[in-house]
Amino acid sequence: MSSRDRELLAGGDGAGTAFAMRLVVRAARATGATHLIDITGAHVDSCLYHGKATLDFVDRLADGGTRVRVPTTLNVGALDLMHPELYRGDRRTATAGRKLMNRYRALGARPTYTCAPYQLADARPALGEQVAWGESNAIAFCNSVLGARTNRYGDFLDVAAAVTGRVPDAGLHRTENRRATLVLRLADDVPTALRDSDVLFPVLGIVLGRRAGSSVAVIDGLARDQSEDRLKALGAAAASSGAVAMFHVTGSTPEAASVDDALQRRPPLAVELISLAELRAARDELSTAVGERLAAVALGTPHASLAELERYAVMLGGRRIHDDVECLISTGRDVLAAASERGITERLREAGVELLVDTCSYVAPTLRASSGPVMTDSGKWAYYAPGNIGAAVVFGSTAECIRSAVAGRVVRDQAPWGGA
Amino acid sequence: MGWGVTAVTGRVLVLDEPLSLWGGMDPATGRLIDPHHPQHGALLAGRVVFMPSAKGSSSSASVLAEAVRAGTAPAAFLLSEPDLILEIGSAVAEELYGIRVPVHVISPQRASVILDGSELRIGPRGGVTRAPRASDTGSRGTP
Repeated sequence: MSSRDRELLAGGDGAGTAFAMRLVVRAARATGATHLIDITGAHVDSCLYHGKATLDFVDRLADGGTRVRVPTTLNVGALDLMHPELYRGDRRTATAGRKLMNRYRALGARPTYTCAPYQLADARPALGEQVAWGESNAIAFCNSVLGARTNRYGDFLDVAAAVTGRVPDAGLHRTENRRATLVLRLADDVPTALRDSDVLFPVLGIVLGRRAGSSVAVIDGLARDQSEDRLKALGAAAASSGAVAMFHVTGSTPEAASVDDALQRRPPLAVELISLAELRAARDELSTAVGERLAAVALGTPHASLAELERYAVMLGGRRIHDDVECLISTGRDVLAAASERGITERLREAGVELLVDTCSYVAPTLRASSGPVMTDSGKWAYYAPGNIGAAVVFGSTAECIRSAVAGRVVRDQAPWGGA
Repeated sequence: MGWGVTAVTGRVLVLDEPLSLWGGMDPATGRLIDPHHPQHGALLAGRVVFMPSAKGSSSSASVLAEAVRAGTAPAAFLLSEPDLILEIGSAVAEELYGIRVPVHVISPQRASVILDGSELRIGPRGGVTRAPRASDTGSRGTP
């Protein structure tokens, strides 16, 4: 610890900052780190209300005029502050959720309220930059796709890092721990059509999370230069079914120009194949509802990028969402503003889509028919919504979701899956 | 902060698969609510919960702190690998409410000996032993 660290610990910057420093030191002990390092930014997930404990914590943290020490973005909160009328839950929770979001803003964090801070050009850390991010999908994206370095900072520790500007030098902050130890390849029976399909990525993510757990894997054999939106879907699902904080995809992620690169030129512990049967089983497990009945379609988990919003508008092609179906797309307020400038928001709203910002449709009670069946293209949404909001889920590709939303019933296209 | 000064006891609950507390545990009831989990519906409150590893959401620290506040938290966690998210959730809960939920890593060899459904005592320094009495499930003793 530096003399500055000791000063913070002793309360030189107030009781709240000293509390934060105690948590950072506790984390250092738990991870076996010998020293702390500086960070250049933080993404804080603690602003989502999970009960009175989350308010009690920020009250204690704010004691003594605590402020964040590095540029800090905020994750989703409990409700859409720009469209509060979309909230269908109880008033008291909404009030507490809003209060918590404002308390974090008051610490000096930027009110981005998005789970995809990497979509904001001025909030993206560069390759090799040391940061402290919360939110499991953002952590996976930050390490894997940006090549910036963060551990899985959970609630409390994310903001403790933001107000101290310090983290333990451990885990994925260190080069040697970013090495893949597991090589995953798609088996020969996985059809080319599926390999080229967006729908592969959330499903492959679910399998990746199960296979890798908390270890770092490299996925080999996909076409090069996969889009950020596909890698987002992959990482979000992997961080739901497992504790994946980092993965490599050869030819697509910056620390994996080749398998050897991802392995840091050492032998892997295991090389495993993923069969079409395993992918189909993972896909099927994501659906808890059967049949054609459809109440709602939920897209944008993690928050839709500008490219995705545009794609939804193009896929709708002037058609309207069916009167009996609610179609809710979640995105960040900054992405929404950019989409509005380009006329995309208007096109989506004219088609009958509702746009939700600052939160997510499986976090906040926003769906009219929350018990479903709700169709989604997100592995993460499908994974968490049954437990969180009690929704029956139908998982499908983005194209299936849009076609179903227009038709008013579940419409399937099994072609990429080899017909089953 | 007073970490590590008391022992806790509770009956062991071995989870067959990892669990994310966020989306996986309801702090209002202390039950396991992840429908993908084989032990969906199990009561976690007051138990010494063994997890092969933790997983999933970074919000689990908040869920643990809220469960401690609500009195529905497990008595302790035993893990086969360290998990910073549960560790910090536990640290914050202790600072805010003065209640300690130990989070300890135990070796697979040790796990196979003690994880047979018995009552366990987690000592102040993390030593895991069979509790002397089977009647005080979830109670919190002193050293």
